[in-house]
Amino acid sequence: MPTPSHPPTVTDTAVELHHITMRYKAKRGRTVLALDGVSLTVPEGQFLSIVGPSGCGKSTLLKIIMGLTRQSEGEVAFGPARDHENLLGMVFQQPLLLPWRTVAKNMTISHDVGPRRPRADLDERVAEQLDMLGLRDFADQYPSELSGGMQQRVGIGRALLHDPRILLMDEPFGALDAMTRDQMGLDLLDIWERDRKTVLFVTHSIPEAVLLSDRVVVMTPRPGRIAEVIDVDLARPRRLEVINTPEFGEIASRIRVLLNSEHSAH
Amino acid sequence: MKLGNTRADERVVPGPGAGDGAGHTPARRPKAGPAPRRQIPGFVLSWGLFLILVGMWQLVVRAFGVSIVLVPAPSDVVRSLVDGLQSGFLLEHMWITLKEILIGFGLAIGLALVSAGLITQFRIVDKAFLPILVLIQTIPKVAMAPLLLMWFGIGMTSKVLTIALIAYFPLLVNSILGLRSAEHEQIEMLRSFGASEFQIMRRLRVPMALPHIFAGLDVAVILSVTGAVVAEFVGATGGLGYTIQATNFNMDVARTFAVVVMLSVIGMSLHAVVVTANRWLVFWAPSRKEHARDL
Repeated sequence: MPTPSHPPTVTDTAVELHHITMRYKAKRGRTVLALDGVSLTVPEGQFLSIVGPSGCGKSTLLKIIMGLTRQSEGEVAFGPARDHENLLGMVFQQPLLLPWRTVAKNMTISHDVGPRRPRADLDERVAEQLDMLGLRDFADQYPSELSGGMQQRVGIGRALLHDPRILLMDEPFGALDAMTRDQMGLDLLDIWERDRKTVLFVTHSIPEAVLLSDRVVVMTPRPGRIAEVIDVDLARPRRLEVINTPEFGEIASRIRVLLNSEHSAH
Repeated sequence: MKLGNTRADERVVPGPGAGDGAGHTPARRPKAGPAPRRQIPGFVLSWGLFLILVGMWQLVVRAFGVSIVLVPAPSDVVRSLVDGLQSGFLLEHMWITLKEILIGFGLAIGLALVSAGLITQFRIVDKAFLPILVLIQTIPKVAMAPLLLMWFGIGMTSKVLTIALIAYFPLLVNSILGLRSAEHEQIEMLRSFGASEFQIMRRLRVPMALPHIFAGLDVAVILSVTGAVVAEFVGATGGLGYTIQATNFNMDVARTFAVVVMLSVIGMSLHAVVVTANRWLVFWAPSRKEHARDL
């Protein structure tokens, strides 16, 4: 029932944002406009990155889509998959693992809370997921025994285990060092290539956004608006070497110019 | 007091060697410990000091011929202790006091957890009750012991209630802090899987509260021994507090000391139970120092 009756095509929409505006009350009764009329259509199976300076409301946008925060104005509409019981999954900036649960138990938290989800062959799925994330030998370890990068991998696995149709990622590699970060990006691409979920990926790293995405949304500083949406037509599957190609450099510098001009305009 | 010194050291030094007992628990410590240096284990030092002090006490009392009615020598205390244990006299009164403590302490735990749950879950309860509770907390609880005796009689009830009253507040405050210690992001993480308020409580807030609750238990367990003694001082027909008064009246000071030893045995055992339970349940907490509070 949850899967659409026809196979997903490029034209199917995963999520549509209509004039999302977010205001909140700050100190001394002032109202801050965090997001100002953001409209965006994300087709199913697309890897879309959102880049922008800190405080441009890009994380807030993900939380609004996730339903963790309510927008002041505007509407979020989901595509044909909207009735899927596991529509959304989210990866946060921090791993947010529960220290009293083992790695495997942290992954299965999706089956201990929320709507009843099928537990059949859960163990095999966890094992498979751990394998994919390179954490096979760590199933019974506690989070404190893992490095930061491994913890974040568990965070990704946790968001994937209930197989959501849309994956929201809020600067998932922001807290990692540069080396780990590149590797994690490539691993994420490998995982994504398997079933091509719709991914909304928030980052402030331009190379990361270009390396991973089909499209990059560039946002302005507060109030957050969409400055431009840039298509990334680099061939897939991508390797790290793509960073050295002129095409990559051109797209990255276009984004950088956009971000800088938005900065200087304020 | 004399035995109390060793208690702290035994606990704070779970270093190599001393922590063997906990080796099979699920406790997992960070692997990067300090490099093993040759050191005298803490418990050897503290026990050594303890024995030296007792030895000096014995020497001074004997050398200056201090009257047994003023300060008995350690050997007199030990003799009285063995005597009291053999006749069953000490154990009988210890059992009375222990029963009061266990019931009163249990009552305090139950009430504190329930009220902390209500206060943290319902804003109305928080706003209405918390100021009143803070106000009541400023009353010295021992001052209530005579009133409780008057209202509930000389039997066990007045003792149990005095103990519960004294142990309640540190438990309540720590439980509230604990139930509020979950981070906003962690709650959002659970919400992203569709967790209900109850599920957030069960899967996140309660486990997060455990280290704080154990800090409260650690304080409250010692306070409840004090509460029992005070309540028995005020009026009782049995128990260790009652025995202290009786032996004092008879100028049997050696026996008074023996009773004090029994009281600290109770205190140490209950404390050990709390610490052990803490190790089992909160094995995942990053630092144990934070809640290994000493009283």
